[in-house]
Amino acid sequence: MEKKLICVSCPIGCELTARIENGVVTSVTGNRCPHGEAYARQEAIDPMRVLPTSVRVIGGELPLVSVKTDQPVPKRLIWQIMDHIRTLSIEAPVKIGQVLAENIMETGANLVATREVRLAQEQSPSRSALFE
Amino acid sequence: MNEKSVDVLVVGGGAAGLAAATAAANAGAQTLLLERDEEAGGVLNQCIHTGFGLHRYHEELAGPEFGYRLLTELTRTGAEVLSGCSVINIDPQGRAVEAMSPEGRMTIHPKALVWASGARERPYGALMAPGPRPAGIYTAGLAQRFVNIHGFLPGKRALILGSGDIGLIMARRLRLEGMDVLAVVELQPTPGGLMRNVVQCLEDYDIPLLLSHSIVGVEGHERLTGVTIARVDESRRPLPGTEKHFAVDTLILSIGLIPENELILPFTPIDTVNRGPRVNSLMQTEVPWLFAAGNNVAVFDLVDSVAAVGETAGRSAALYVQGNLPREGSTHLVRGKNVLHLVPTSLVADVPTTIYLRASRTMGQATLHIGDVISRKLPVVRPSEMIEIHIPQDVLTRLTREKEARVEVIET
Amino acid sequence: MRIAVIGGGIVGSLIARELTRYDADILLFEKEADIGWGVTKANSAVVHGGFHETPGTDRASFCVEGNRLYESISRELDVPFKRIGAYVVAFSDDEVPALHLLYEQGLENGVPGLELQDRETVLTREPHLSPSVVAGLWSPSVGITEPWGLAIASVENAVANGLDLHVAEGVTGLDVADSRVKRMITGKGEYEVDAVVNAAGLFADRIAEMAGIAQPIISPRRGEYALLDKKVGPLVSSVIFPTPSDISKGTLVVPTIDGGILLGPTAKDLPAGDKTATETTRDGVHEAIEGARRLVPDLDLSLVVKTFAGLRPETPDKQFIVGQSDVDGFFQAAGMRSPGLTAAPAVAQYLVHEVMASALNLVKKRSFDPVRHGIRKVIELSGEEADALIEADPSYGSVICQCNHVTEGEVVEAIHRGARTLDGVKFRTRAGFGRCQGGFCTDKILMILARELNLSPGSITLRGGESEVLSGKVRL
Ligand SMILES: Cc1cc2nc3c(=O)[nH]c(=O)nc-3n(C[C@H](O)[C@H](O)[C@H](O)COP(=O)(O)OP(=O)(O)OC[C@H]3O[C@@H](n4cnc5c(N)ncnc54)[C@H](O)[C@@H]3O)c2cc1C
Ligand code: SF4
Repeated sequence: MEKKLICVSCPIGCELTARIENGVVTSVTGNRCPHGEAYARQEAIDPMRVLPTSVRVIGGELPLVSVKTDQPVPKRLIWQIMDHIRTLSIEAPVKIGQVLAENIMETGANLVATREVRLAQEQSPSRSALFE
Repeated sequence: MNEKSVDVLVVGGGAAGLAAATAAANAGAQTLLLERDEEAGGVLNQCIHTGFGLHRYHEELAGPEFGYRLLTELTRTGAEVLSGCSVINIDPQGRAVEAMSPEGRMTIHPKALVWASGARERPYGALMAPGPRPAGIYTAGLAQRFVNIHGFLPGKRALILGSGDIGLIMARRLRLEGMDVLAVVELQPTPGGLMRNVVQCLEDYDIPLLLSHSIVGVEGHERLTGVTIARVDESRRPLPGTEKHFAVDTLILSIGLIPENELILPFTPIDTVNRGPRVNSLMQTEVPWLFAAGNNVAVFDLVDSVAAVGETAGRSAALYVQGNLPREGSTHLVRGKNVLHLVPTSLVADVPTTIYLRASRTMGQATLHIGDVISRKLPVVRPSEMIEIHIPQDVLTRLTREKEARVEVIET
Repeated sequence: MRIAVIGGGIVGSLIARELTRYDADILLFEKEADIGWGVTKANSAVVHGGFHETPGTDRASFCVEGNRLYESISRELDVPFKRIGAYVVAFSDDEVPALHLLYEQGLENGVPGLELQDRETVLTREPHLSPSVVAGLWSPSVGITEPWGLAIASVENAVANGLDLHVAEGVTGLDVADSRVKRMITGKGEYEVDAVVNAAGLFADRIAEMAGIAQPIISPRRGEYALLDKKVGPLVSSVIFPTPSDISKGTLVVPTIDGGILLGPTAKDLPAGDKTATETTRDGVHEAIEGARRLVPDLDLSLVVKTFAGLRPETPDKQFIVGQSDVDGFFQAAGMRSPGLTAAPAVAQYLVHEVMASALNLVKKRSFDPVRHGIRKVIELSGEEADALIEADPSYGSVICQCNHVTEGEVVEAIHRGARTLDGVKFRTRAGFGRCQGGFCTDKILMILARELNLSPGSITLRGGESEVLSGKVRL
């Protein structure tokens, strides 16, 4: 079986062909560099994606905190992971980089906060008293 | 009314402004940054997807993470940041900047100004599309704020107009949050965003991309009920008989960004293609004390490039204040064939730089020419991906011997 | 004495305000969620001189008198009005006699200051006009205003003087017995009334029908426009008209009160039933732009921020229907086609003081206060004034709309004055009216509306009815 792919490892976007036999990539053509081959070997069999989304925050100045998986997870699990994320919530304050769920769906990836969320009503420290 | 004098004032706390303020402060200038939002970071805060920072940090960061890093770098310099503060007027004669915040009005007298106000989204009205004006039509960035910041969905079934990166990213985002995304519709024959986003935001979720299509009508009196599109011919006119109808309650627009320069426009020469101020390789405009960086100069693809030009602008502004800015004669970069956005628009001798340019059409093999000095083969050229080319000192010396250098991309 | 005004357009609003000078219960019913969203919202916003009107008609006298009244009424109600003057231009010698005719007509109607000018004078005063101009008629009394702003202002002033305002409450029926109005029925209730004023704009024929009056059909004539951002600068300093055709005043180039330029309108007759057909069309917008280009050739179309359409309420004989009807207690200000905006203050004064006051034996009350103050625009205040305001309420220092520099304080004030929707805030403050068309501020304004009205963000609408902006939440 052959699979046509577009390499997304760099802006050139080579059109790759991966030949697959018995669930194993036997050859990759069309790539201009080794990144393309590595990409196709994974992508043709089990595509992996970093998942960015949000988790509900309780008592924060924002209702949501943005999160991502700290490493790519199998694309085929994305919807299950999303279903799980929908059930999560975290109490403010949330620190950037804070792990909100470990080894999510046994993928080995953690769900980490990609921003901070302060407690509701906490004064923004960035508004300095410039003119005092 | 408060008054204050500073060496370098940076207007705008997005990626360009944060990087500029850090560079200015690190170069020894007393620096103040004004940001209109409550929080610095600009558009990065709402871009919760990953893909930022591969060049600058060699990591794939989410937008807020990239912003946080820049802010942390800035905080270390001791520069002042004032958020929730909007600039409302600039008096170029008195070099006075008027701003307003919940603490009151203030006038700031900077020795140099870095203008880093970003871009705004092209609104629906600019399309001059026929039909009514129901609720349910949003620019992609607005929808993104509703979803990512406020936690609300704009509707149930969406069509996305324009395949720029924000449009593609929002297609995936809305889909992941449970909306139906029926298609992404693009006027051009090629996608407007990065290939990677076409694959990971559309193909992954089976969202069709309809190229060479345009919107021909919307329906709905109160809320949107439907959108009709049609295929277009080469001159982008809709072809009768090719109409397709989508029953959607939401139309998301990703139809371009417009550099936001209204406050400097009255006194700053503009490059009409970039729609931003003409800048030399020091990111200095033709008003000597005014520097500019970021999407208000020209719309860039990557935040890494924006931060890089921001640093240049901030450093240059500090050098200007200190009287150390190089003043060597400059070489104008003139657009030749197939060149759209071009930053900078002139080169300063002895300042090695990076030239950013956007081709006006897709080409296979092509050669980029800059003057008679550079001629570089490019494996593929797409308008959706800016070309970045570093100009080292030796090449620069040769380029800046002439008053002008033509930049063009020729298909080979 | 209980008097109900039907219709919160410019005409009904001004009538309601005039009525509150009298000792009576005055009610105003508007079917839309806010004031001024019918014909009043989408038109050229020109306060006409009166030279276009046939001498001897009501239209002519109301127009000239209305124009004169704009001076005082805009001052009392704190509404923008600028007498910038207008040119009617001729492009060939064939058109010159028509200019002379307008001039004669204007003189007869009592239009002040008219001047016929030669090509050089016209081009010196308006250098961006097409060089093929051969002559012009100058009318200094022509002005520009903000039509919906005037409607809102007069209702606010009327409410301060006792008006009972009912928005989002359409009138669905009238009970007439012994040729006299008795009762009014709306979507929300029934009201015993002594008199009713029909100022329902495009729908005035339906209201008349409810009263059992045989009245001409009011049919919509669509006018389409393109609006250029204020960045276009002072391309023209006065309103520019072509030499008129038989059916309309033609496609104009109009400076708007906040510095933009309006191109249009077109004129297309629609079936009488299409009273909500305010959609734009490809051909219409094209025609508006091409028509404007004939007057001012160098228009930068990349500055178009929006296109829109308005519907003129046309009567078959083109005359206004103002006065007492055959049914006692049923008064009308209907068929208010162009120049209805200009005529409105004069129509309101005439109908209320000269017709209704005597027919209903109205007695003036002592307490009427004609002055209303608009929402303070922080950007237009001096530094000291702004500081004082911001110190008292810091939200006046927080800029929400970046394009027009509208602050949170102004948005909150608009809500407290009656805005319930995004459009309500937009038309009161200009937030979202600028070049970004709400791209930056819509979410902020929506959240402020929800907070001030104590509603969930999901229930906030663009302009009432079922025009909700949001649908569902991310993570419940
Ligand atoms: C394209 C165009 C250009 C124009 N240009 C100019 C110009 O430059 N200068 C000028 O002087 N004039 C101009 N005019 C004319 C002017 O705009 C109108 O004469 C004026 O706005 C009419 O006001 P109105 O109050 O009669 O109607 P409207 O503003 O339509 O008010 C009527 C109101 O009644 C409400 N209503 C209807 N039925 C019911 C019901 N059953 N119950 C409760 N409420 C109801 C409607 O919702 C509406 O708000 C123009 C008109 C158009 C369309
Ligand atoms: S194969 Fe190499 S050169 Fe081709 S797109 Fe992938 S990374 Fe780029």
